[in-house]
Amino acid sequence: MQAQFETDYPALAPRFKVGDKVKVRATAPLGHIRTPFYIRGHVGEIERLCGSFPNPEELAQMRSGLPAIPLYRVRFKQKEVWPDYKGPGSDVVEIEIFQHWLEKA
Amino acid sequence: MNDQGRYQPFTYYQLMETSLRELLVEKGIVTHEQVDEEVAAMRARTPERGAKVVAKAWVDAEYKKRLLANATAACEELGLEIPGLRLVAVENTPQVHNAIVCTLCSCYPRVLLGIPPDWYKSRNYRSRMVREPRAVLAEFGLRIADTVQIRVHDSTADMRYLVLPMRPKGTEGWDETRLASIVTRDAMIGVALPTVA
Amino acid sequence: MIERGHHDMGGLPAGKVEPTEHDYPEWERRVDAMVQLLRSGGKITVDELRKNIEQLPREAYDHLSYYEKWISSLTQTLIQRGIISTDELGRKMEEVTKRAGPVRD
Repeated sequence: MQAQFETDYPALAPRFKVGDKVKVRATAPLGHIRTPFYIRGHVGEIERLCGSFPNPEELAQMRSGLPAIPLYRVRFKQKEVWPDYKGPGSDVVEIEIFQHWLEKA
Repeated sequence: MNDQGRYQPFTYYQLMETSLRELLVEKGIVTHEQVDEEVAAMRARTPERGAKVVAKAWVDAEYKKRLLANATAACEELGLEIPGLRLVAVENTPQVHNAIVCTLCSCYPRVLLGIPPDWYKSRNYRSRMVREPRAVLAEFGLRIADTVQIRVHDSTADMRYLVLPMRPKGTEGWDETRLASIVTRDAMIGVALPTVA
Repeated sequence: MIERGHHDMGGLPAGKVEPTEHDYPEWERRVDAMVQLLRSGGKITVDELRKNIEQLPREAYDHLSYYEKWISSLTQTLIQRGIISTDELGRKMEEVTKRAGPVRD
């Protein structure tokens, strides 16, 4: 799958492709995390592979964050994320999520 | 341009800034000149730079295709200096309205558009924009019809986003400079639309 | 209480968005400049800066201004990296205070 941005780093292989249904792991470890709390446990669809980037969780601890991890834009239906969502069923939220936070849904 | 010699009452944080800067200069890590130059460089980064990109996309269909495929390269094509920016342009259409937020902090394409406004970094915007975008947009005076899909982009990682608004009616025959003049920062964030005065 | 970082606020109830802006004073611009210089010089990463902002006590996170948070985080990050020491900073702050007068409340 074509990445939006090329990476200069050694990287893990992408496990997902555009259109795949993925679930965000519902765990709450400590440390610096860039997967927002509100989306954990939710199911979305891979919209694109952004590229592979060093893991921010590791960079925050002054480590290299390598090998780089595939980063995806994942699209979620708002009505599925928020039980009380008031807009139309077509509304979505799109979030960049690292591969290690995703599993096949 | 630094405060040495102009002794004003400090807050604790201003004291920290002065102290840190002086220490870093003493250690040879930065110079006062570098700090001043960087301040000047950031002052020069204004939303006008993004407006230029939008206006060109409005008049040049091939440029727009390139912008949507690789916004970083498209900005560089116009001579805009955007070090390290991985930019993604998202296009508003009659069916789709885009809006950008960073719920976790305040990620923003600052190297293109300059420093983001206070409200973008506020608790209220960051909390509510993902959950009730239509209500937040209405507070900005923007009502989006239910037939239009709203896509909220939560900028959590390495990409930065630029909303490419639709070219409004009443701008037929305008040149790029005139078009750029109606493209506001808020339209490129997605909380406003460009309007013909 | 620590399961969800207080910075991780997407979806939480909140008030009306006040479209406030302010013209950034020089000292805030210098904080911004120092962050950019130290990042592009490879001395610190934005991830460490974010981690240190997230680690601020909740009251500080909610009540300090944006650049008050950033100067705090930048300072912590440089101390963690060993680029400056707590002792050096303390002595410099004493020296600056002697020149410029005590901090105001």
